[in-house]
Formats: sequence, structure tokens, C-alpha cells
Amino acid sequence: MEIATRTQALPLSRRSRANLGWRVPMLLTAGVIAVPVLVIVGSLFQGFSPVWEHLLATVLQDYVVNSLLLMLGVGVGTLALGLTSAWLTAMCDFPGRRFFNWALLLPMAIPAYIIAYTYTGILDYAGPVQSALRAQFGWGYGDYYFPAIRSLGGAICMLSLVLYPYVFLLARVAFREQSTAVLEASRSLGKGPWQTLFQVALPMARPAVVAGVSLALMETLADYGTVAYFGVNAFTTGIFRTWYGLGELQTAAQLAAFLLLFVFTLFLLEHYSRRRLRFHHNSARQQPGRIVLEGWRGGLACAIAGFILLAGFLLPALQLGQWALERWGDTDLSAFSRLVGSSFGLAAMAAAACLLIALLLGYGKRLHPGPVENQAARVSAMGYAVPGTVIAVGVLIPFAWLDNRIDGLMREHFDISTGLLLSGTLTALVFAYVVRFLSVSLQTVESGLARIRPSIDESARSLGLRPLAVLRRIHLPMLRGSLATALLLVFVDVLKELPTTLILRPFNFNTLAVRAHELASDERLADAALPALAIVLIGLLPVILMNRTAGAHEPQQN
Amino acid sequence: MSSQLALENVAVAYGSFTAVSGVSLTLESGEIGCLLGPSGCGKTTLLRAIAGFESISAGRISLRGDTISQPGAMLPPERRRVGMVFQDFALFPHLSVARNIAFGLAAMPAAERQQRVAQMLELVSLETYANAYPHELSGGQQQRVALARALAPAPEVLLLDEPFSSLDSELREQLAGEVRELLKRNGVTAILVTHDQHEAFAMADRIALLRQGRVAQLDTPYNLYHNPGSEFVAEFIGQGSILTVSVNEAGELNDGLGMLDMGHRHWQAGETLRLLVRPDDIEYDEHSQLSLVVRGRSFRGAHYLYDLVLPDGQHVPCLAPSHIDVPPGGQLPVRFNLQHVVVFEPDTTPAESATA
Amino acid sequence: MRFPSPVLRRVTAVLASALLATSALASEVNVYSARQEALIKPILDRFTEESGIKVNLITGGGDALLTRLRSEGRNSPADMLLTVDAGRLYRAREADVLQPLHSDFLKKVVPANLRDSEDYWYGLSVRARVIAYNRERVKPEELSTYEALTDPSWKGRLCIRSSGNIYNQSLVAGMIATEGADAAASWAKGIVANFARPPQGGDRDQIKAVAAGQCDVALVNSYYYGAMLQSGGEEEAAANKVALFFPNQDGRGTHVNVSGAGITRAATHVAEAKALIEFLAGEEAQHWYAERNNEYPVREDIEPSKRLQSWGEFESDSVDVTDLGRLNAEAVMIMDRANWK
Repeated sequence: MEIATRTQALPLSRRSRANLGWRVPMLLTAGVIAVPVLVIVGSLFQGFSPVWEHLLATVLQDYVVNSLLLMLGVGVGTLALGLTSAWLTAMCDFPGRRFFNWALLLPMAIPAYIIAYTYTGILDYAGPVQSALRAQFGWGYGDYYFPAIRSLGGAICMLSLVLYPYVFLLARVAFREQSTAVLEASRSLGKGPWQTLFQVALPMARPAVVAGVSLALMETLADYGTVAYFGVNAFTTGIFRTWYGLGELQTAAQLAAFLLLFVFTLFLLEHYSRRRLRFHHNSARQQPGRIVLEGWRGGLACAIAGFILLAGFLLPALQLGQWALERWGDTDLSAFSRLVGSSFGLAAMAAAACLLIALLLGYGKRLHPGPVENQAARVSAMGYAVPGTVIAVGVLIPFAWLDNRIDGLMREHFDISTGLLLSGTLTALVFAYVVRFLSVSLQTVESGLARIRPSIDESARSLGLRPLAVLRRIHLPMLRGSLATALLLVFVDVLKELPTTLILRPFNFNTLAVRAHELASDERLADAALPALAIVLIGLLPVILMNRTAGAHEPQQN
Repeated sequence: MSSQLALENVAVAYGSFTAVSGVSLTLESGEIGCLLGPSGCGKTTLLRAIAGFESISAGRISLRGDTISQPGAMLPPERRRVGMVFQDFALFPHLSVARNIAFGLAAMPAAERQQRVAQMLELVSLETYANAYPHELSGGQQQRVALARALAPAPEVLLLDEPFSSLDSELREQLAGEVRELLKRNGVTAILVTHDQHEAFAMADRIALLRQGRVAQLDTPYNLYHNPGSEFVAEFIGQGSILTVSVNEAGELNDGLGMLDMGHRHWQAGETLRLLVRPDDIEYDEHSQLSLVVRGRSFRGAHYLYDLVLPDGQHVPCLAPSHIDVPPGGQLPVRFNLQHVVVFEPDTTPAESATA
Repeated sequence: MRFPSPVLRRVTAVLASALLATSALASEVNVYSARQEALIKPILDRFTEESGIKVNLITGGGDALLTRLRSEGRNSPADMLLTVDAGRLYRAREADVLQPLHSDFLKKVVPANLRDSEDYWYGLSVRARVIAYNRERVKPEELSTYEALTDPSWKGRLCIRSSGNIYNQSLVAGMIATEGADAAASWAKGIVANFARPPQGGDRDQIKAVAAGQCDVALVNSYYYGAMLQSGGEEEAAANKVALFFPNQDGRGTHVNVSGAGITRAATHVAEAKALIEFLAGEEAQHWYAERNNEYPVREDIEPSKRLQSWGEFESDSVDVTDLGRLNAEAVMIMDRANWK
């Protein structure tokens, strides 16, 4: 056949080689990022110490039950606050909506342990509220009921108040990008606006909502500061008690490994439950119109949003401000500005690194969907559920091992010592942040990618773009909102991050969170207020920036 | 000289499921082909295999003699010089119309590119919309942008995946005709995927009718309609009924249809045949002695399409001028005009057709 | 956003240099410190002024630093480990990351029960765990020992923080060392029975709760009380309603723990590290600790600060603080079994 003679004219790529371009870097990156998590899970294979018997007999049940209750409570709390605020600002119009649209993100900038300290300061038995009540009515201790802030319920409230913005951010985008037609179809089928919300809009927003809630829950599981301060025996308290108190790092790592397995199971369940569903939007030529709330309805909406903002941001920020003012005179401003600079730079580096890797993994999964790729991305994003200190140990051990191996080889063969090349450097620290926070950027990037129909990719491919160029020229511009969100979330998270920074940082390197925490852990709340407030204020910058870019060009799908 | 596009014995499989198998077809330069079939027949899969989005498990796809797909190896889509118009148009929402069209022209010098974009805009009559964004256009306009964008890089072959399905039905045939005219004028080789035979007829030079991943018939629109190769083809294309009839002692088709002269052919007595009857095979004839009961009808403007019942209970369609107004339950005098009738033997393989 | 450019330049320089390990300078000493920066940096700066030796500092949790030290192994840049309790120093020695430091000066000034018997580490300041009581509701005559707080008459009147806290752990460990495990276990049960509220907050919170009347007595570290008195504002007002009592004066003495330091096995600046530890045991540093942190000097020949003296003199438990580290895990298990949250 004449055709056959020209078969070799065009170089065909072997299928396997065609995939290598993305698969190899993707799987390699995922593998490297998974190392700390695997180090922790690996502890399960190193035998169980007799301490386990003690834990099982005494405290383990308590840890598990409290953590489950905490997750349940924070899940409900972040859903209630996040969906309410997202629905109001995305789908309704009421006085002050534009303001609340960005202001409701602010609580995200407050570290959970800081909000816990401030509310304790305000609401504790010895605090101003209860003292005023006692002075007013002549009550003494035990004469009246006042909910204890330092309790499981209190921890749920604190965590919900600072974690709901995850749900808010992701659900808001999803709501805005829903097609009017689908919502109108529901109305025309006899569903009222509320039924439409619960039966159509929410289920359609599910990937985004699930992404938001799972971020909040993972952060809840990893929280140590709040539960420790409130005396709630959660799983993380158990991990640290076992490590610090019992001196059993191995057993602590095993506890953390079980935590990881638990989270992984949740992921699988969620994935399984929506395995047959697809969430691409077929046509959203118009953005949905807003429900205009007038009169008392508008007032109510404004009041609800205002209350969330007050509780989640204004009250604690005011308290911090008051404390900071008390200590203003003692502040060394030049040292403080260095602290601000290093925190900002570190957070920016980590956010950029997380974003790049999230794009590599997220887009890789889109190019080559497959069980291996999916699980690789999942596993490498598990770090978010692990307390930062445990991740730090997972980073410390392999890095130091590698450095010492290199050093050993160099000494042996060349008689020179290279010492520790990466351990104790910012590289190791930024890597640890990626391990810890990749989930945040990955979930955001993935839910953004999920909203771009595959035909868009294919049309770009058939117009001559290679995969990387499709990403650069099509996805990145279309995903601008999601990318800004991913950057922002990681930036703020790193700004607040503490335990990883503490263990892995280089000499003489300090951040605002470290400063705030050191002072707060010494119970010097007033001294901790200024760095804490600075974290909040720096966190505001990207919130405002992102709001401006997202507001100027809201992504429009045709 | 090899064909512009050739598929040789192509199969596409997902795991153990075979979506397409044994498909061979060729398209000459400037020819417009069509993959037609009910949903799930594998037509879109085949189109995506040609575009390079699916790998093939057997056979070969070649473009101007160069192999572009074979089992285990494929040229990536961006290097195939294959243009594609998507069902949902897949316009890039963040780019203006002009930049959408310019998208595939990266290799061109800027001035030439600009010229090409202007030329394409003119081609689809959207000169004034160069700076509009996709969401500002109507569905028909978006479709034209998608077409212009796919044609701009002058692809070797243009693939159209249900390009009219998201448009109003009145627009479809008109647009299909316009698009055909445009493609023909520019000598574009194209393949259309559709489940709508009217679109297929309006656009294509040749149509491959697919069924369960295989080509049921590859032919011109005329032959598909008039010479269907199987009952499946006959039922899918056009309207009509397939009657089961038997041949009487005299070699005539009986069953109350009266003597039906099949012209050149005498049937064996006692044989049972399957007969394709199109609406235009049965004519209204006020003098006919044969009257059939009207079971239902639908108004088609100039015609009524009657649904008539034979004495043995089988149905036949009849197209009668719309001033012949017989309500359901009434009697319609008709005459069978079976010059073009197609006969199948009971195993549904084509037996013989009355005309060529 | 624009930073003033010198700050930006300096930050960039710091970030850039910190991305890769940089080689060590000659006259410096690298410290891993569990004592947080604000409470140690000023005295380290004084050391640099005096000696010309630059001090590089990383602060963090004691166990976390220890883990870092262990995994870095012989290449660890750390020359010295500084902790705020004896238990971590004990663990560091067990993990074989310390080397002995033979210093006649340190041996002379640091009492034998407050340092390692084989010179692996030395205590540098003393922290006492005492009873804080509400001046209005409790008379000091009612108080005597830690053990007496388990008496049913204190039911619902006692505040103490969680058993996850190292000070409580070392208190119980000390009790195991002197009275035995059974006595410690029944003491823990008795304390739990008298809780006014589930354990929560830190030591200052316990003092505030005593001041506000939520409970009448609390077990706290004395320096928190001192810090509150220095703070001005509400905390000072709260502290003024509370007084301290040193328990077990007729018996084994008040429980104390130490902050301390040792030289790492991987140290490359041994001489500098030795100089720093000796400096921290010197008169100036000992005074500074007392004034700044309200801790007791480890040296018997140095007077505590005026404020500390005003709380009265006390006899401290003479138990070897090494035992506190050795028995820490057992103490935690005892508290777990007592259901001490």
C-alpha cells in the first residue's frame, strides 16, 4: 500500500512517552512531597511500644471521641457560617453587600489560638463581661449560668469562626459561576428559592463546598493551640502528650499515622460518594441575577453578615488592638519591621511554591486521569491534616538523613565534609510548608479546573497548543480567580503557621507567628497582641488585592 | 495519490469495552463526510480518535498518507493539523472574538495573522464583532466564531462535533446549508458528527451510518435513503414502515394490498418478504378501490402525514396534500406506487432493490 | 506595598542566604533554646558584648529541638542545648546528643542536685511550683503541704492546669521519687477529686481564677505570679488579690525544677559554648534572671531579687532533678489513670 511507505514520515510519539512529559515530573513531585507523610505512616511498621496499652486503657477513647465531636461541630459551624455568607453575598443584594463581600474573609487572617486567647480574655470568669455581670447583680461564683468558653463547645465556636472563610471563598465562586438556566429550571419546576438552594444550587456547588469544609476539618484535626489552651483532650493533644510527656516520639508518630489513615479514608469515601457525578457546567452564558432583599429582609441579611464579621473579626481584632496599644511604648519598631519583612517574604515564597506544584499536580491529573495520578495527588496533599510539628519531624528526618549520607560519602571519598546542605535552611522550611499546605492550593486549583469544560482544552490542543501552552494560555487566564484564591489561602496560612517554622527555621530567623506564639504561650497576651495584629493586617493585604482583581474581571464562562 | 483522510479498520476500546471497531473509510480532498448514528453508536469517539483525543486499539488513521494514529502510538492533537468545532463551541471566554480566531495562528507573523483573522471574520460575516467577547454573542454567532477559529490555521481536515445541536432547530438546516457552501467554496475537507439526518443530508457528500461501533452503511445521502443496506438503515433514515408480506401463488404480493407488480422480478410462491414503504410510496387516489382506515395524522403545512392501517393490522405512512382532510377513523382511498420499494429478506440482509 | 528599601534589602539578603546552608564563622556559638527569644536574647546580647562571641539562636519546643538535634546527628550546627526543665536535658543525655562539660567553676556554683552527676548539663535557674491562694477566702494557716490539698475540705476549691503541662508532670515525678509511685497515684486522684473546674488555661489563668473567686487555691509556678505583679493593669490587680505559699517546708521542701544547658556532642565551638554557659551561671546573668524572669538563682551565693525575697524564703526539695526527667513518663501515666485531663 502506498500509505504504508510514508508511515514513518511523521514522528509519532509512543503513548507512554507522550505521557512522560507530565507524568514523570508529576509523580516525582507527588512522591517527594509524600515523603514526610510516608515517614509518619512508616512508623506503623516499627513495632508498637507498651505505652499503647496504657493509652488504650486510659485516654485514647477520650481523644477520639473529642476529636470526632470537634469535627462534627466545626463541620456544621463552618457550613452554617460559610454557606450563609456565601449565599448572601453571591446570590442576594442587600445594603452593605459589596463591603461584606470582602470583609467576611477577614477572620481567616486570625490564627485560631489567637482568637481563643482573645475570647477567653473577654468571656472568661475573670474577664470583663462576667466581672461586669457580677458587679451589676451582686452575684458570686456559682450564682449564675454562663457558658464556659474553655470547653469543647468553645473550641468548636473558635475554630468555626476562623475556618468558615474556606467554605465562604470556595462556595461563593461556585455560586457565581452557576448557570441561571439551571436555577430557573428549578424554579419553573415548582421549587421555591429555598428549595432551589438546597436541591439544586448547593448540590451543584458540592465540589467547592466539600473542598472548603474538608480544608476546615483538616485544619481542625491539626489544631493544637486552641484545644490545648481550652483543655480539650483532642487527638492532637494526645499526640503531643505522648511525645513530650511520655517521651515516646515513635508512639506519637503512630498516633499521627492513624490520624492520617482516618483522613485518607474520609477522602476515599467522599470520592466514592460522588464517583458518578460530573460537575462541569454546560452553559452559563449569564451570571445568575441577584435576589434583591429590601426592607426588613435587607436589614436582616445585613445584620447576619454583620454579626459574623463582628464575632469572627472585629471583636478579637479590637481586643488585640487594645492590648497592642497598651504595649506600644515598649515596641522596637526596626526589629518589628524586619519581622514583618521575613514573615511576608516567607509566606510569599511558600504560596508561590504551593501554587506551582498544585498546578503541576492538578493539571497533570486532568491530562492523565488515572488511579495512580489521583492517589498520588491525594497522598501528597494529606499533610494538611497533620499537626505542623509532626510534619516538621517528617521533613527533618529524611532531610537530615540525606544530608548526612552525602556528607558521609564526601568524607569517605574526598575527605571533605559538606555538613548539612539543606537541613536547617529556608529550603527545608518552604518544602515543609508545601507538604503542609499543598492541600489548600491543590483543592482550590482543582475545583477551578473542574469548572472548565474539557472541550476547551481539546479545542486549544486541536489549534496547535501543547499541554503546557494550554495551561499557560487558556487555564491560567481563566483560572485567575482560583489562582489568586489559592495564593491567598496559602499566604495567610503560612503567615499564621507556627510549629513547623519553630523546628525547621534557620538560626536567627523569626516570624510574626513565632513571636506572637512565644509571647502568648508565656501567657503574655498583651505583648503577643502586636505581632498577632500584624499577622491580621498583613493578611488583609492579599484579601483586598484579590478582591480587586477578582471583582474587576469576574471569570465568565460561555 | 493517497486520500486526504483514511481510516483503516479502526477500533477504539476502553478497557474491555469496544466503542468502535472495524471502521474503514476514506475522504478525498474537499469532500465532506458525515458520521451519523443514534447516540452511543461511537460516532463521537471516532471523531475524537481522528482529532487525537482518543488512542486507537487497532487499525490506522492517516492524513494525506501520513499515519497519525496506530495502536500504541499517536501524534498529539496539536501536531495533526486537524481543526475541530465543538458541540459547545468551547470558545475561550477570556479572549475576544478576534483573539479566539487568532489563537491557532501563533506561528504566523503578526501582520499576516491580522490579515488572516480579518479574512476569517469576513468569511463568517462577523467583521463588526472582532472585539466582542464570546458571552456577548448569540448562539449562531458563537458557532460561526468556532468555525472561523477552527478554519483559521487552514487544517488538513475539519472535524465538526454536533455543531448545530445547541442551536434553534429552524436555524439548523439553514446553517448547515450555509456551512456546506462555505466549506465547499474554500475546498475544505470536513467530517461532521451528528445524530440528525437532515443536517447530514444538508452538509455531507458521503455519510457513514454507524451502529454499535460499526459502519452499517457508507454511502451518498441519496443511496442511504433510497437503497438502504439493512432494515436498521432503512428505519434510521427517513420515514417509513417495514411490512411483512407474503407472496401468493401468482407471484404477487397479497395480503389485501391487491396485486403488486414488482416489475422485473417474480417471487417464489409462499415466500415471506420484508418491504420498506416510504410515505411517498403510497399516494392519495380518489379513484382507488383500496381505502385504508386513518389512525392518526400530523399536519405538515403542504401535506398531511397520515398513519394508515392495513387490513392485517400493520401500519403504513402516507403523504397526502393537506387539502385532503380525513379525520382519524375515516377512510382514505390510496394507491401503492412501489417503483422504488426496497425489499429485505427476513434475516434483514438486503435481498434486492427494485431500482438502482 | 512598599517597604522602606533598607529593610527590603536586608530581608532579601536574609532570605537569600537562608535558602542554603552557609558556612560557620569562627567566633560564634549556635544555641538551640527551649527558652523563648524574648526571655533569653537580652542576656545573650550581653554575652556578645562582653566576649565578642556572636550567638546564633533558634528557639522552639524542647522535644522538637531535641528531635532536630538527634536527626542532624554529627553534622548538627548546634553547639549548645538550653532547656527550661531538667527532663529534656535528661532525655538529651539519654539520646546521646550531649557531651560532658568539665568546668570547676560550674561545679562549684551549681548545687549537685541541680546538675548532671557526670557533668553533661548544668541547671541555670530555679523555678518553684507553689500554692497560690485567695487572700480573702483562705488563711495561710490552712495551708501546709501539696498532700494536704487532697483533703476533702478542699473539694471544689482547687484550680490547676492540664496534666499535659510539664510543670505538673515534674511535680508528680518529684513525688514519685521521694514518696513512691503509690503515694503519687493516690495524691493525683485526690487532687482530681477536688477540682473546681476541668483543667484549662495556663498558670496565669489559674491565678486569675483564684482572684475572681472561681477557686480558692491553685498550684502555679511562682514566676508567673511575679510577671503578673509587674504587668500593670488588670493582671496586676488580680495578682494583688492572691498570695503565694511555699508548701512542704517542714518536710521534703517545695518542688523545684531548673532551666539548664549542656554542650552538644556535635559541637564545633566547644570553648565558646563553655564560655556562654559559665556566663549564664555568672553573677550578672543570675541577677538578670531573677529581675527579668522572676526565677530563683541556681547559685546559693546569690540573693534572689527584692520581689522574690518579699514572698519569703523557702526550702526547696533536694531531690536530684535528673529523677524528674527519668520519672516523667511514669508521672504522665499516673495522671492519665487518675483521669486528670
